[in-house]
Amino acid sequence: MTSPYPILSIVGILIVVLSIAAGLIWLERRLLALWQDRYGPNRVGPFGLLQVLADMLKIFFKEDWIPPFADKYVFILAPAVIVVTVLLSFAVVPVAPGIIVTDLNIGLLFVLAMSSLGVYSVVLGGWSSDNKYALLGAVRAAAQMLSYEVFMGLSLMGVVLLAGSFDLVRIVEAQRHLWFVVPQFLGFVLFLIAGVAETRRLPFDLPEAESELIAGYHSEYSGMKFGMFFVGEYLGVTLISSLITVLFLGGWNGPVLPPIVWFLLKMFAFICLFILLRAALPRPRFDQLMNLGWKLLLPLALANLLVTGAVVLAKGT
Amino acid sequence: MLSALRTLWNVFLHMFRKRVTVQYPEQKPYLAPRWRGRIILSRDPDGGERCVACYLCAVACPVDCIALQATEDQTGRRYPEFFRINFSRCIFCGYCEEACPTYAIQLTPDFEMAEYERQNLVYEKEDLLIDGPGKYPGYNFWRVAGVKIGGKDKGEAQNETAPVDLHTLLP
Amino acid sequence: MSTVYIENRPHQMNEKQNLLEGCLSAGMNLPYFCWHPALGSVGACRQCAVKQFKDESDTHGRIVMACMTPAANGTRISIDDPEAVEFRRAVVEGLMLNHPHDCPVCDEGGECHLQDMTVMTGHAYRRATFEKRTFRNQYLGPFVNHEMNRCIQCYRCVRFYREYAGGGDLNAFSLRDIVYFGRERDGVLESEFAGNLVEVCPTGVFTDATHKRHYTRKWDLQFGPSVCIHCGLGCNTSVAERYGTVRRIVNRYHRAINGYFLCDRGRYGYEFVNSSQRIRQPRLRGRLVPAEAALGYLRLLAGGSVMGIGSPRASLESNFALRKLVGPEHFYAGIPSSEASVLALMLKILRTSTARTPTLHEIEEADALFILGEDVSNTAPRMALSARQSTRQQPMQGLERLHIPLWLDHPVREAVQNARGPLFVATPFATRLDGIATRAIRGAPDDLARLGFAVAHAINGSAPSEGVVDGTAEIAEALQRAHRPVVISGASLRNAALVQAAANIARARPGAALALIAPECNSLGLALLDAAPLEGALATHAETLIILENDLYRRAPEEVADKFLSRFHHIVVLDSLENATTRHAELLLPAATFAEGDGTFVSSEGRAQRALQAFVPPEAIAESWRWLGEWKSLDEAVAALAADIPALAAITSASPPASFREAGQKIPREPARYSGRTAKLAQISVHEPKPPDDPDTPLAFSMEGSPNQPPPAVTPFFWSPGWNSYQAINKFQEEIAGPLRGGDSGVRLFEPAARGNGYFPGAPRRFEPKPNEWLIVPIHHIFGSEELSRHAPGVAELAPQPYVALNPRDAEAFGAEVFCLGQRVRVRLAPEAPSGVVGVPADIPPFLGFDLPMRAEIRRAE
Repeated sequence: MTSPYPILSIVGILIVVLSIAAGLIWLERRLLALWQDRYGPNRVGPFGLLQVLADMLKIFFKEDWIPPFADKYVFILAPAVIVVTVLLSFAVVPVAPGIIVTDLNIGLLFVLAMSSLGVYSVVLGGWSSDNKYALLGAVRAAAQMLSYEVFMGLSLMGVVLLAGSFDLVRIVEAQRHLWFVVPQFLGFVLFLIAGVAETRRLPFDLPEAESELIAGYHSEYSGMKFGMFFVGEYLGVTLISSLITVLFLGGWNGPVLPPIVWFLLKMFAFICLFILLRAALPRPRFDQLMNLGWKLLLPLALANLLVTGAVVLAKGT
Repeated sequence: MLSALRTLWNVFLHMFRKRVTVQYPEQKPYLAPRWRGRIILSRDPDGGERCVACYLCAVACPVDCIALQATEDQTGRRYPEFFRINFSRCIFCGYCEEACPTYAIQLTPDFEMAEYERQNLVYEKEDLLIDGPGKYPGYNFWRVAGVKIGGKDKGEAQNETAPVDLHTLLP
Repeated sequence: MSTVYIENRPHQMNEKQNLLEGCLSAGMNLPYFCWHPALGSVGACRQCAVKQFKDESDTHGRIVMACMTPAANGTRISIDDPEAVEFRRAVVEGLMLNHPHDCPVCDEGGECHLQDMTVMTGHAYRRATFEKRTFRNQYLGPFVNHEMNRCIQCYRCVRFYREYAGGGDLNAFSLRDIVYFGRERDGVLESEFAGNLVEVCPTGVFTDATHKRHYTRKWDLQFGPSVCIHCGLGCNTSVAERYGTVRRIVNRYHRAINGYFLCDRGRYGYEFVNSSQRIRQPRLRGRLVPAEAALGYLRLLAGGSVMGIGSPRASLESNFALRKLVGPEHFYAGIPSSEASVLALMLKILRTSTARTPTLHEIEEADALFILGEDVSNTAPRMALSARQSTRQQPMQGLERLHIPLWLDHPVREAVQNARGPLFVATPFATRLDGIATRAIRGAPDDLARLGFAVAHAINGSAPSEGVVDGTAEIAEALQRAHRPVVISGASLRNAALVQAAANIARARPGAALALIAPECNSLGLALLDAAPLEGALATHAETLIILENDLYRRAPEEVADKFLSRFHHIVVLDSLENATTRHAELLLPAATFAEGDGTFVSSEGRAQRALQAFVPPEAIAESWRWLGEWKSLDEAVAALAADIPALAAITSASPPASFREAGQKIPREPARYSGRTAKLAQISVHEPKPPDDPDTPLAFSMEGSPNQPPPAVTPFFWSPGWNSYQAINKFQEEIAGPLRGGDSGVRLFEPAARGNGYFPGAPRRFEPKPNEWLIVPIHHIFGSEELSRHAPGVAELAPQPYVALNPRDAEAFGAEVFCLGQRVRVRLAPEAPSGVVGVPADIPPFLGFDLPMRAEIRRAE
């Protein structure tokens, strides 16, 4: 099922996604403040909403500085990569019936591929900065992505088995009666954790760990190039939230309200969860992160796949 | 794992707590009398400048933002020829007040000194000197010091005997 | 060496010193007040109490005063013993009973020995509730401020002033707890070493009155290691600056030269640097021009036919830069031939004599002195203080038999009583050393030279002489009997025969040292550059004349100078102060003084020393060598100079090069607690400027840098943790009163020749007074005769009014005033002066530019 108005979908999704990402800057600050008994930005415009605009203006007019010791071209390229890969991922996310850029039959694999490419942004950014903190951040990011991508993919295989397709639209349609979060609860939890790690959000923000690595891979970045990393992160949050919605919470499925509202509501809830995680949880050590990934989550993902496979096999036969 | 979830829940509950932020400037915060804000130079109860230009505030200052020059009037009373505080550097640590042997330099409960021009944060003696004794009424350094100044001869300070008469032959 | 056990740990000490000196040399902190390394011990203050034990098994011990106990081998003491600690604390508490609550307004605060010692002993709170006694202060002159309330009765001031410096007008009065140190009545302190009271006094009774006018704490001053430029001795000084003006001079210990003391001209002459007469911007035909424009014009003029006149008060580098710019054949010394010839003679003697040129320290240790024709107190004041100490040497030689150690001051003085070693002063007019001289001989310069020749002849028959002169035998015998005799002469009378006579004596008496005093701070350095005297310049011509830091109106009579200067199309003058010569300048360039510039000076001793700048002036002021030469740094200038002039090749090692680093860092000129960095220039701009670079020296204009002790030549100030006063010097010496760690700084250019040349032949003829023709002789004055220090208000205040000195018999013919050298001046009676000789104050207006001594007529003023 491809969208009847492709251009409209493309432009519409692009605008909505970007404004959500931008709005998240404000939302995150307000929510963090809320959970920390503060107000957050509340001066610029109603509820401080125009703070986003002010921040954007500021970041646009900052000096576009490239350190003289940096590898110039790679340094410029790196922040673009993250935004591009995440935005490309959105191409296959079905927002509502008919609202999708392109309905690939391997949509899920495409998303996984794109998120794998995203790590290049971080690694190249850190490497080209020619700064030891940036490089350390990049190395951490590479290791973290590698480790968590393994079971991220595996945790989704249960969903694929149940839906019998990699096509995201068909996955959503397969949940018309039962959201996959019920049969695939373990897969849901694993994907949520892997998603947080993929977007390098707290508590898995070791690549940028301010207290250890200054700002990790983007230590040397400033101005709009830093802004790209920043927006890329929020785009990632939005993407992972949409994917969870699509894969486990039935996408646009829901009673009474129009499908698109259901989708956005579900997505929003997960975005808030992401922010709550940041507000509440401390950052683990890197070895703890690795232990968790390889020794606990990977076996769990394999077990989940095994059981799901067995059940599907049993039902099918 | 469980503790992480409990943490999440506890943090989530903070949504319903009262906010601690004070909505300045509509709402003014309470500033204690010993609040360390804008620095002033006070006067002694007789109305004279308390500062004796001893340089102790300058040397105590961790950011070196106080500069002054000592001078004396005809009667030997020492005072600062100029006294400058660069508030764009000041960290309001209060060490100057602590070092001051005459209670001249004092920190006040006022922090509203923002400027559009950094240069305007450089305060000279005229900007710093107030008319009263500030937090320490009654103290006058010259009444306990041994040097002679206008209006106070040798031996007239507190706890002093009259100057020795060197020409007496009495033992 | 002896082994002394402190807290049961062995320490090596010099057994000729006392325990206090030993402990301080070993790096211990032990408080003291009345002891001073140059004055010895009197055991008055009871502050340096330590516990002494009989042997290892003795646990009881007894309290002794460290300064009164010899550092004998095997002595066991404890500094940290609780009883000794309590004893010292109690002593300070007693001393503080009457000490006023003055520290915030006291000039000594922050560098006060009493503060340091009180902190060291731990006395922090006053328990006494008695009233404090007070005193009235005295006016002691323009240099020393008096605040008697602060006195702790350590007696150091009178011991220094009376016993060490020989002053008579400061004394201790009254009794018990009201002992008063001052003069009989208000008045200027007579001794020219009174300024040392500021450093000798452990607290704020005597403070620097010039510093008081622009007072700054020690921690706020930026220091430069400098060399005094007010006479030829080259005493080491620390120049202190704040807010772009020089605030004071303090002594910079140099064991071989100034030791612990300076003269008042050296200490207080600095104020000329802050004078309103200073030239601060280049001026072209009276208009201010930018430095680049001035430099461009100078280069343009230098391309044509140029002639240069150097100066004995400019550094070697500056003179050399001019010499290089105009070419050696067009470079003239800027001093009259009468002076230049004597200097050339002195130089020849320094190079070829077998006699050693003594340091001031060696003069202090001499046991017989013969001063020939030089009023040392006024031409080289610090040497007079050394000469004074030397008179104690011979009487002290017997003390070893009496088992009295030399540091035990009171018994030494008891044993010596009024005995004085041989000191002979032969000058035309009375000097301040006459009072302690074995014999003071008056005579015309030529007669004094005859005396010198006769003494040489009496010592060694092969020395030439003509006739018998009164006093010869006595002097000759004293010099022969002495172990370390020193002959002192100099150029101040511009009499070559005097210098020759002194050289003959030094040759006749092997082992005798010969000190020749050069008149200005770099007279000898200029002589080493081999320039023709001023008369040579008067006879030649060029398009452009470049005058380097030299007022020709002080070197030649007014009409000669006028005529000379009018012959040039272009006159370039480099100087620091406005004077008669700068008025003729077409292009006037602001030259740096010792406080703002770097340069090397050669002292009378032949020691090349480098004076390094204390601060960078805000204006276009620069060293003359920077204006004239094309070197980028001092090291380049010095290297070029050393390469060009072999005699000066050694000066490269006078101080460490700019590349020198102490522990990898530059040496800070500012104490670690320098304050106000972010505020002192904030009134101009809130954006703080970067501290200036210093391409010339290993020092930095900053408080940041190496925390280690730098080499002596580049030590800007003395400070050590817990020792904020000048007494911190203890921590910089190899041993107390010894050389600084790293050795005596500067490089001696001349050492005694292995085989000297022969005697100078021919004494001059006897001086015959002639009717209506008088020999006019310069009388030098410590305050006033030197050009630059005269611009210091205090020095100007003490400078004499013009006068003419005549002996009473000659004066009978005249009234109270006479016309002399075209001036109407007062007559001052000089009872012992030789007949036919007239003295006028040297280089004091209006007696400027005369080639003294000269014969002239004086007339009765109607």
